[in-house]
Amino acid sequence: MRPGSTPAACAALLRRDLTLAWRRRGDIALPVLYAVIVATLFPFALGPDPALLSRIAGGVVFVTVLLAILLSLDQLFRADIEDGSMEQLMLAPQPLALLVAMKILAHWVTAALPLIVVAPLLAGMLKLPPEVIPVLVAALLLATPLLSLMGAVLVALTAGTRRSGMLLALMLLPLCVPVVIFAAGAVAAAQEGLPWIAPIAWLGAGLALALVLAPLACAAALRIAMDT
Amino acid sequence: MANWVPLWLHRLGSPPVFYRFAGAVRPWALGLALVLGAVALYGGLFIAPADYQQGDAYRIIFIHVPSAWMSLFIYGAMAVAAFIGLVWRIKIAETVAMESAPIGAAFTFITLVTGSLWGKPMWGTWWTWDARLTSELVLLFIYLGVIGLYHSFEDRRQGARAASFLVLVGAVNVPIVHFSVNWWNTLHQASTVRLLGPSHIEASMLWPLLTMMAATKLYYIASLFARVRADLVASEGGKGWVRDLLAGRAGNDPA
Repeated sequence: MRPGSTPAACAALLRRDLTLAWRRRGDIALPVLYAVIVATLFPFALGPDPALLSRIAGGVVFVTVLLAILLSLDQLFRADIEDGSMEQLMLAPQPLALLVAMKILAHWVTAALPLIVVAPLLAGMLKLPPEVIPVLVAALLLATPLLSLMGAVLVALTAGTRRSGMLLALMLLPLCVPVVIFAAGAVAAAQEGLPWIAPIAWLGAGLALALVLAPLACAAALRIAMDT
Repeated sequence: MANWVPLWLHRLGSPPVFYRFAGAVRPWALGLALVLGAVALYGGLFIAPADYQQGDAYRIIFIHVPSAWMSLFIYGAMAVAAFIGLVWRIKIAETVAMESAPIGAAFTFITLVTGSLWGKPMWGTWWTWDARLTSELVLLFIYLGVIGLYHSFEDRRQGARAASFLVLVGAVNVPIVHFSVNWWNTLHQASTVRLLGPSHIEASMLWPLLTMMAATKLYYIASLFARVRADLVASEGGKGWVRDLLAGRAGNDPA
Protein backbone atom coordinates (compact mmCIF):
# COMPACT_ATOMS: atom_id res chain seq x y z
CA MET A 1 0.00 0.00 0.00
CA ARG A 2 1.44 3.36 -0.98
CA PRO A 3 1.32 6.13 1.60
CA GLY A 4 -1.08 8.98 0.91
CA SER A 5 0.22 12.34 -0.18
CA THR A 6 1.27 14.80 2.50
CA PRO A 7 -1.47 17.40 1.76
CA ALA A 8 -4.11 14.67 1.94
CA ALA A 9 -2.76 13.44 5.28
CA CYS A 10 -2.69 16.99 6.67
CA ALA A 11 -6.25 17.63 5.50
CA ALA A 12 -7.44 14.35 7.00
CA LEU A 13 -5.79 15.10 10.33
CA LEU A 14 -7.22 18.62 10.42
CA ARG A 15 -10.69 17.30 9.58
CA ARG A 16 -10.40 14.61 12.26
CA ASP A 17 -9.36 17.07 14.98
CA LEU A 18 -12.05 19.58 14.08
CA THR A 19 -14.68 16.84 14.00
CA LEU A 20 -13.57 15.56 17.38
CA ALA A 21 -13.76 19.08 18.79
CA TRP A 22 -17.20 19.64 17.24
CA ARG A 23 -18.55 16.42 18.77
CA ARG A 24 -17.59 17.84 22.19
CA ARG A 25 -18.78 21.40 21.71
CA GLY A 26 -19.12 21.98 25.44
CA ASP A 27 -15.34 21.83 25.82
CA ILE A 28 -14.93 24.68 23.34
CA ALA A 29 -17.19 26.88 25.45
CA LEU A 30 -15.19 26.33 28.64
CA PRO A 31 -12.17 28.59 27.90
CA VAL A 32 -14.56 31.32 26.72
CA LEU A 33 -16.57 31.02 29.91
CA TYR A 34 -13.36 31.12 31.93
CA ALA A 35 -12.23 34.30 30.17
CA VAL A 36 -15.61 35.96 30.76
CA ILE A 37 -15.48 35.05 34.46
CA VAL A 38 -11.93 36.33 34.95
CA ALA A 39 -12.65 39.58 33.13
CA THR A 40 -15.82 40.06 35.18
CA LEU A 41 -13.88 39.72 38.43
CA PHE A 42 -11.62 42.70 37.69
CA PRO A 43 -14.28 45.44 38.09
CA PHE A 44 -15.36 43.82 41.37
CA ALA A 45 -11.79 43.83 42.65
CA LEU A 46 -10.80 47.29 41.38
CA GLY A 47 -14.07 49.20 41.60
CA PRO A 48 -16.35 50.24 38.72
CA ASP A 49 -14.54 53.50 37.90
CA PRO A 50 -14.72 53.75 34.06
CA ALA A 51 -11.50 55.78 33.75
CA LEU A 52 -9.47 53.19 35.63
CA LEU A 53 -11.10 50.28 33.81
CA SER A 54 -10.49 51.74 30.37
CA ARG A 55 -6.82 52.24 31.22
CA ILE A 56 -6.28 48.60 32.21
CA ALA A 57 -8.77 47.03 29.77
CA GLY A 58 -6.25 46.10 27.06
CA GLY A 59 -3.85 44.41 29.46
CA VAL A 60 -6.63 42.59 31.31
CA VAL A 61 -8.06 41.19 28.07
CA PHE A 62 -4.63 39.95 26.96
CA VAL A 63 -3.78 38.30 30.25
CA THR A 64 -7.24 36.73 30.41
CA VAL A 65 -6.93 35.33 26.89
CA LEU A 66 -3.43 34.08 27.69
CA LEU A 67 -4.65 32.24 30.79
CA ALA A 68 -7.59 30.73 28.92
CA ILE A 69 -5.26 29.45 26.18
CA LEU A 70 -2.89 28.08 28.80
CA LEU A 71 -5.80 26.20 30.34
CA SER A 72 -6.73 24.59 27.05
CA LEU A 73 -3.13 23.84 25.96
CA ASP A 74 -2.87 21.02 28.47
CA GLN A 75 -5.33 19.00 26.37
CA LEU A 76 -3.49 19.53 23.09
CA PHE A 77 -1.77 16.16 22.82
CA ARG A 78 -3.18 14.34 25.85
CA ALA A 79 -5.98 12.35 24.18
CA ASP A 80 -3.73 11.35 21.29
CA ILE A 81 -1.01 10.13 23.62
CA GLU A 82 -3.44 8.20 25.78
CA ASP A 83 -5.12 6.30 22.95
CA GLY A 84 -1.87 5.71 21.06
CA SER A 85 -2.63 7.73 17.93
CA MET A 86 0.38 9.96 18.64
CA GLU A 87 2.67 6.95 18.11
CA GLN A 88 0.94 6.32 14.77
CA LEU A 89 1.51 9.95 13.76
CA MET A 90 5.17 9.65 14.68
CA LEU A 91 5.50 6.47 12.60
CA ALA A 92 3.65 7.98 9.63
CA PRO A 93 5.70 8.53 6.45
CA GLN A 94 4.62 12.19 6.34
CA PRO A 95 6.85 14.71 8.17
CA LEU A 96 5.82 14.91 11.82
CA ALA A 97 6.36 18.69 11.92
CA LEU A 98 3.59 19.23 9.35
CA LEU A 99 1.18 16.88 11.08
CA VAL A 100 1.86 18.59 14.41
CA ALA A 101 1.32 21.96 12.73
CA MET A 102 -2.14 20.75 11.68
CA LYS A 103 -2.92 19.77 15.27
CA ILE A 104 -1.81 23.21 16.45
CA LEU A 105 -3.96 24.85 13.78
CA ALA A 106 -6.97 22.82 14.91
CA HIS A 107 -6.28 23.81 18.49
CA TRP A 108 -6.04 27.47 17.54
CA VAL A 109 -9.34 27.32 15.64
CA THR A 110 -11.16 25.61 18.50
CA ALA A 111 -9.58 27.34 21.51
CA ALA A 112 -8.30 30.76 20.42
CA LEU A 113 -10.75 31.81 17.73
CA PRO A 114 -13.78 31.78 20.09
CA LEU A 115 -11.73 33.87 22.51
CA ILE A 116 -10.99 36.43 19.79
CA VAL A 117 -14.70 36.57 18.97
CA VAL A 118 -15.60 37.26 22.59
CA ALA A 119 -12.66 39.64 23.26
CA PRO A 120 -14.37 42.80 21.89
CA LEU A 121 -17.26 42.06 24.22
CA LEU A 122 -14.91 41.80 27.20
CA ALA A 123 -13.10 44.96 26.14
CA GLY A 124 -16.44 46.77 25.85
CA MET A 125 -17.43 45.63 29.33
CA LEU A 126 -14.16 47.06 30.60
CA LYS A 127 -14.82 50.38 28.83
CA LEU A 128 -12.10 50.16 26.22
CA PRO A 129 -12.77 52.98 23.70
CA PRO A 130 -14.55 51.51 20.64
CA GLU A 131 -12.02 52.94 18.18
CA VAL A 132 -9.25 50.89 19.83
CA ILE A 133 -11.08 47.57 19.49
CA PRO A 134 -9.93 46.90 15.86
CA VAL A 135 -6.31 47.23 17.09
CA LEU A 136 -7.08 44.84 19.93
CA VAL A 137 -8.52 42.26 17.53
CA ALA A 138 -5.57 42.64 15.15
CA ALA A 139 -3.10 42.17 18.00
CA LEU A 140 -5.03 39.13 19.22
CA LEU A 141 -5.12 37.63 15.71
CA LEU A 142 -1.31 37.76 15.64
CA ALA A 143 -0.61 37.01 19.31
CA THR A 144 -2.84 33.98 19.87
CA PRO A 145 -1.31 31.80 17.11
CA LEU A 146 2.08 32.74 18.51
CA LEU A 147 1.00 31.59 21.97
CA SER A 148 -0.50 28.38 20.57
CA LEU A 149 2.72 27.59 18.66
CA MET A 150 5.07 28.26 21.57
CA GLY A 151 2.78 26.57 24.04
CA ALA A 152 2.65 23.48 21.81
CA VAL A 153 6.45 23.10 22.03
CA LEU A 154 6.27 23.15 25.82
CA VAL A 155 3.26 20.83 25.95
CA ALA A 156 5.20 18.40 23.77
CA LEU A 157 8.10 18.52 26.23
CA THR A 158 5.83 17.63 29.14
CA ALA A 159 4.07 14.91 27.14
CA GLY A 160 5.85 12.11 29.00
CA THR A 161 5.09 13.42 32.49
CA ARG A 162 2.13 12.97 34.80
CA ARG A 163 1.58 16.38 36.37
CA SER A 164 2.11 19.21 33.94
CA GLY A 165 -0.42 21.99 34.59
CA MET A 166 1.59 24.22 36.92
CA LEU A 167 4.86 23.31 35.24
CA LEU A 168 3.44 24.41 31.90
CA ALA A 169 2.55 27.82 33.35
CA LEU A 170 6.06 28.20 34.77
CA MET A 171 7.69 27.33 31.45
CA LEU A 172 5.33 29.40 29.31
CA LEU A 173 5.74 32.62 31.30
CA PRO A 174 9.23 33.54 30.02
CA LEU A 175 8.19 32.72 26.46
CA CYS A 176 5.07 34.84 26.48
CA VAL A 177 6.62 37.97 28.04
CA PRO A 178 7.54 39.48 24.64
CA VAL A 179 4.13 38.59 23.18
CA VAL A 180 2.27 40.28 26.01
CA ILE A 181 4.54 43.32 25.85
CA PHE A 182 4.04 43.88 22.13
CA ALA A 183 0.34 43.00 22.02
CA ALA A 184 -0.63 45.11 25.02
CA GLY A 185 1.82 47.79 23.85
CA ALA A 186 -0.03 48.12 20.55
CA VAL A 187 -3.36 48.61 22.33
CA ALA A 188 -1.88 51.07 24.81
CA ALA A 189 -0.29 53.08 21.97
CA ALA A 190 -3.57 53.17 20.05
CA GLN A 191 -5.38 54.29 23.20
CA GLU A 192 -2.97 57.21 23.60
CA GLY A 193 -3.31 58.13 19.95
CA LEU A 194 0.24 57.09 19.13
CA PRO A 195 1.25 55.04 16.06
CA TRP A 196 0.66 51.39 16.89
CA ILE A 197 1.88 49.70 13.73
CA ALA A 198 5.41 48.97 15.02
CA PRO A 199 4.47 46.52 17.82
CA ILE A 200 1.96 44.87 15.47
CA ALA A 201 4.74 44.45 12.92
CA TRP A 202 6.99 42.90 15.59
CA LEU A 203 4.21 40.47 16.47
CA GLY A 204 3.88 39.57 12.80
CA ALA A 205 7.64 39.01 12.54
CA GLY A 206 7.54 36.79 15.61
CA LEU A 207 4.61 34.85 14.19
CA ALA A 208 6.43 34.30 10.88
CA LEU A 209 9.46 32.99 12.77
CA ALA A 210 7.37 30.77 15.04
CA LEU A 211 5.33 29.39 12.12
CA VAL A 212 8.53 28.00 10.62
CA LEU A 213 10.44 26.98 13.75
CA ALA A 214 7.81 25.96 16.29
CA PRO A 215 6.40 22.91 14.43
CA LEU A 216 9.95 21.61 13.92
CA ALA A 217 10.81 22.21 17.58
CA CYS A 218 7.50 20.66 18.62
CA ALA A 219 8.18 17.52 16.58
CA ALA A 220 11.69 17.24 18.06
CA ALA A 221 10.33 17.74 21.57
CA LEU A 222 7.66 15.07 21.03
CA ARG A 223 10.31 12.62 19.91
CA ILE A 224 12.35 13.34 23.04
CA ALA A 225 9.40 13.14 25.42
CA MET A 226 7.82 10.01 23.90
CA ASP A 227 11.13 8.15 23.56
CA THR A 228 10.82 5.38 26.13
CA MET B 1 50.85 14.64 17.63
CA ALA B 2 48.45 17.28 18.83
CA ASN B 3 45.52 14.92 19.12
CA TRP B 4 45.90 14.34 22.83
CA VAL B 5 43.43 17.14 23.53
CA PRO B 6 40.47 15.54 21.70
CA LEU B 7 41.58 12.16 23.03
CA TRP B 8 41.59 13.47 26.59
CA LEU B 9 38.21 15.16 26.09
CA HIS B 10 36.86 11.93 24.66
CA ARG B 11 38.06 9.96 27.66
CA LEU B 12 36.55 12.58 29.95
CA GLY B 13 33.13 11.62 28.60
CA SER B 14 33.38 8.34 30.49
CA PRO B 15 31.73 8.57 33.93
CA PRO B 16 34.51 6.89 36.00
CA VAL B 17 37.20 9.04 34.38
CA PHE B 18 35.15 12.19 34.91
CA TYR B 19 34.44 11.14 38.49
CA ARG B 20 38.16 10.87 39.28
CA PHE B 21 39.02 14.06 37.35
CA ALA B 22 36.30 16.03 39.13
CA GLY B 23 37.40 14.63 42.48
CA ALA B 24 40.98 15.77 41.84
CA VAL B 25 40.02 19.28 40.63
CA ARG B 26 37.30 20.05 43.17
CA PRO B 27 39.36 20.70 46.35
CA TRP B 28 41.72 23.02 44.46
CA ALA B 29 38.87 24.96 42.86
CA LEU B 30 37.02 25.26 46.17
CA GLY B 31 40.15 26.30 48.10
CA LEU B 32 41.13 28.90 45.51
CA ALA B 33 37.56 30.17 45.40
CA LEU B 34 37.49 30.67 49.17
CA VAL B 35 40.90 32.39 49.24
CA LEU B 36 40.12 34.66 46.30
CA GLY B 37 36.66 35.40 47.70
CA ALA B 38 38.14 36.38 51.06
CA VAL B 39 40.76 38.59 49.39
CA ALA B 40 38.12 40.23 47.19
CA LEU B 41 35.82 40.86 50.15
CA TYR B 42 38.65 42.40 52.14
CA GLY B 43 39.65 44.55 49.18
CA GLY B 44 36.08 45.56 48.52
CA LEU B 45 34.94 46.17 52.08
CA PHE B 46 38.06 47.67 53.67
CA ILE B 47 40.58 48.87 51.09
CA ALA B 48 38.39 50.36 48.36
CA PRO B 49 37.33 53.94 49.13
CA ALA B 50 33.70 54.84 49.74
CA ASP B 51 31.79 56.19 46.75
CA TYR B 52 31.46 59.97 46.78
CA GLN B 53 27.75 59.76 46.05
CA GLN B 54 26.54 56.44 47.41
CA GLY B 55 28.80 56.17 50.44
CA ASP B 56 29.37 52.66 51.67
CA ALA B 57 26.16 51.27 50.18
CA TYR B 58 27.80 50.73 46.81
CA ARG B 59 29.97 47.97 48.30
CA ILE B 60 27.23 45.43 47.60
CA ILE B 61 28.36 45.44 43.97
CA PHE B 62 31.22 43.14 44.99
CA ILE B 63 28.57 40.45 45.50
CA HIS B 64 25.88 41.70 43.16
CA VAL B 65 27.79 42.22 39.93
CA PRO B 66 29.79 38.94 39.97
CA SER B 67 26.54 37.07 40.74
CA ALA B 68 24.81 38.76 37.83
CA TRP B 69 27.70 37.84 35.53
CA MET B 70 27.57 34.26 36.77
CA SER B 71 23.80 34.00 36.26
CA LEU B 72 24.35 34.60 32.54
CA PHE B 73 27.66 32.74 32.30
CA ILE B 74 26.15 29.59 33.82
CA TYR B 75 23.23 29.80 31.43
CA GLY B 76 25.70 29.92 28.55
CA ALA B 77 27.67 26.98 29.91
CA MET B 78 24.44 25.07 30.50
CA ALA B 79 23.24 25.76 26.95
CA VAL B 80 26.52 24.53 25.46
CA ALA B 81 26.42 21.37 27.59
CA ALA B 82 22.75 20.81 26.71
CA PHE B 83 23.50 21.16 23.01
CA ILE B 84 26.39 18.69 23.22
CA GLY B 85 24.25 16.31 25.24
CA LEU B 86 21.34 16.46 22.78
CA VAL B 87 23.43 16.16 19.62
CA TRP B 88 26.02 13.57 20.65
CA ARG B 89 24.01 11.94 23.46
CA ILE B 90 26.91 12.24 25.89
CA LYS B 91 25.68 11.43 29.34
CA ILE B 92 28.22 13.60 31.15
CA ALA B 93 27.15 16.64 29.15
CA GLU B 94 23.50 16.06 30.11
CA THR B 95 24.47 15.72 33.76
CA VAL B 96 26.60 18.87 33.65
CA ALA B 97 23.73 20.84 32.08
CA MET B 98 21.19 19.63 34.61
CA GLU B 99 23.42 20.13 37.65
CA SER B 100 24.34 23.64 36.46
CA ALA B 101 20.70 24.76 36.64
CA PRO B 102 20.33 24.93 40.47
CA ILE B 103 23.67 26.77 40.79
CA GLY B 104 22.63 29.26 38.13
CA ALA B 105 19.25 29.72 39.79
CA ALA B 106 21.00 30.38 43.11
CA PHE B 107 23.25 33.04 41.56
CA THR B 108 20.25 34.65 39.86
CA PHE B 109 18.39 34.69 43.15
CA ILE B 110 21.40 36.25 44.94
CA THR B 111 21.56 38.89 42.21
CA LEU B 112 17.90 39.79 42.70
CA VAL B 113 18.13 39.84 46.51
CA THR B 114 21.32 41.93 46.69
CA GLY B 115 19.95 44.24 44.00
CA SER B 116 16.80 44.87 45.99
CA LEU B 117 18.82 45.38 49.19
CA TRP B 118 20.83 48.04 47.36
CA GLY B 119 17.78 49.52 45.65
CA LYS B 120 15.88 50.18 48.88
CA PRO B 121 18.23 52.93 50.16
CA MET B 122 19.45 54.08 46.72
CA TRP B 123 16.33 54.11 44.54
CA GLY B 124 13.91 54.28 47.45
CA THR B 125 12.24 51.06 46.35
CA TRP B 126 13.34 47.45 46.48
CA TRP B 127 11.68 46.57 43.20
CA THR B 128 11.06 48.53 40.05
CA TRP B 129 10.04 47.27 36.60
CA ASP B 130 13.36 48.24 35.13
CA ALA B 131 14.47 46.34 32.03
CA ARG B 132 17.44 44.70 33.72
CA LEU B 133 15.53 43.65 36.81
CA THR B 134 12.71 42.22 34.77
CA SER B 135 14.92 40.20 32.46
CA GLU B 136 16.83 38.83 35.45
CA LEU B 137 13.52 37.75 36.99
CA VAL B 138 12.51 36.07 33.73
CA LEU B 139 15.88 34.30 33.71
CA LEU B 140 15.12 32.96 37.19
CA PHE B 141 11.79 31.61 35.90
CA ILE B 142 13.57 29.88 33.02
CA TYR B 143 15.99 28.24 35.46
CA LEU B 144 13.10 27.10 37.65
CA GLY B 145 11.26 25.74 34.62
CA VAL B 146 14.31 23.72 33.60
CA ILE B 147 14.70 22.30 37.12
CA GLY B 148 10.99 21.53 37.34
CA LEU B 149 10.86 19.80 33.98
CA TYR B 150 13.95 17.71 34.78
CA HIS B 151 12.42 16.42 38.00
CA SER B 152 8.95 15.73 36.58
CA PHE B 153 10.16 12.76 34.52
CA GLU B 154 10.44 9.28 36.01
CA ASP B 155 13.40 8.46 33.82
CA ARG B 156 16.33 10.75 34.60
CA ARG B 157 17.98 10.65 31.20
CA GLN B 158 14.71 11.35 29.41
CA GLY B 159 14.07 14.21 31.82
CA ALA B 160 17.57 15.53 31.16
CA ARG B 161 17.02 15.45 27.41
CA ALA B 162 13.64 17.20 27.63
CA ALA B 163 15.04 19.84 30.00
CA SER B 164 18.10 20.29 27.75
CA PHE B 165 15.72 21.06 24.91
CA LEU B 166 14.01 23.64 27.12
CA VAL B 167 17.43 25.16 27.87
CA LEU B 168 17.99 25.66 24.15
CA VAL B 169 14.51 27.14 23.67
CA GLY B 170 15.32 29.49 26.55
CA ALA B 171 18.67 30.39 24.97
CA VAL B 172 16.78 31.63 21.90
CA ASN B 173 14.28 33.38 24.13
CA VAL B 174 16.58 35.26 26.52
CA PRO B 175 17.83 37.84 23.96
CA ILE B 176 14.26 38.35 22.69
CA VAL B 177 13.03 38.95 26.24
CA HIS B 178 15.89 41.32 26.95
CA PHE B 179 15.24 43.29 23.78
CA SER B 180 11.48 43.45 24.20
CA VAL B 181 11.72 44.42 27.87
CA ASN B 182 14.09 47.23 26.94
CA TRP B 183 11.63 48.43 24.33
CA TRP B 184 8.74 48.19 26.76
CA ASN B 185 10.59 50.07 29.45
CA THR B 186 11.73 52.95 27.27
CA LEU B 187 8.17 53.35 26.03
CA HIS B 188 6.73 53.84 29.48
CA GLN B 189 9.19 55.46 31.79
CA ALA B 190 12.22 57.66 31.78
CA SER B 191 15.71 56.29 32.14
CA THR B 192 16.52 54.78 35.49
CA VAL B 193 19.75 54.66 37.43
CA ARG B 194 22.46 52.63 35.79
CA LEU B 195 24.66 50.64 38.11
CA LEU B 196 28.03 51.45 36.58
CA GLY B 197 27.11 53.52 33.56
CA PRO B 198 29.60 54.64 31.00
CA SER B 199 31.81 56.21 33.68
CA HIS B 200 35.10 54.55 34.42
CA ILE B 201 35.44 52.62 37.59
CA GLU B 202 38.25 53.40 39.99
CA ALA B 203 41.09 50.85 39.91
CA SER B 204 40.91 50.21 43.66
CA MET B 205 37.28 49.23 43.15
CA LEU B 206 37.90 47.25 39.98
CA TRP B 207 40.40 44.70 41.24
CA PRO B 208 38.20 43.31 44.05
CA LEU B 209 35.40 43.04 41.51
CA LEU B 210 37.52 41.03 39.08
CA THR B 211 38.92 38.88 41.89
CA MET B 212 35.42 38.13 43.07
CA MET B 213 34.49 37.21 39.51
CA ALA B 214 37.32 34.65 39.42
CA ALA B 215 36.24 33.36 42.84
CA THR B 216 32.63 32.85 41.74
CA LYS B 217 33.76 31.03 38.59
CA LEU B 218 35.95 28.69 40.66
CA TYR B 219 33.13 28.19 43.13
CA TYR B 220 30.85 27.25 40.23
CA ILE B 221 33.38 24.65 39.08
CA ALA B 222 33.76 23.22 42.59
CA SER B 223 30.03 23.12 43.24
CA LEU B 224 29.25 21.71 39.81
CA PHE B 225 31.83 18.94 40.14
CA ALA B 226 30.55 17.96 43.58
CA ARG B 227 26.99 17.78 42.25
CA VAL B 228 27.99 15.85 39.13
CA ARG B 229 29.98 13.34 41.22
CA ALA B 230 27.01 12.73 43.49
CA ASP B 231 24.69 12.38 40.50
CA LEU B 232 27.04 9.95 38.76
CA VAL B 233 27.26 7.70 41.81
CA ALA B 234 23.47 7.78 42.15
CA SER B 235 22.66 7.09 38.51
CA GLU B 236 25.44 4.57 37.85
CA GLY B 237 24.80 2.72 41.10
CA GLY B 238 24.59 -0.66 39.43
CA LYS B 239 27.80 -0.34 37.42
CA GLY B 240 31.05 -2.09 38.30
CA TRP B 241 33.15 1.03 38.89
CA VAL B 242 30.80 2.37 41.55
CA ARG B 243 30.82 -0.97 43.33
CA ASP B 244 34.62 -1.04 43.18
CA LEU B 245 34.68 2.50 44.52
CA LEU B 246 32.42 1.69 47.43
CA ALA B 247 34.29 -1.56 48.13
CA GLY B 248 37.59 0.35 48.13
CA ARG B 249 36.22 2.97 50.49
CA ALA B 250 34.80 0.37 52.86
CA GLY B 251 38.24 -1.22 53.17
CA ASN B 252 38.38 -4.99 53.53
CA ASP B 253 34.69 -5.50 53.86
CA PRO B 254 34.04 -9.18 53.11
CA ALA B 255 30.67 -8.43 51.52
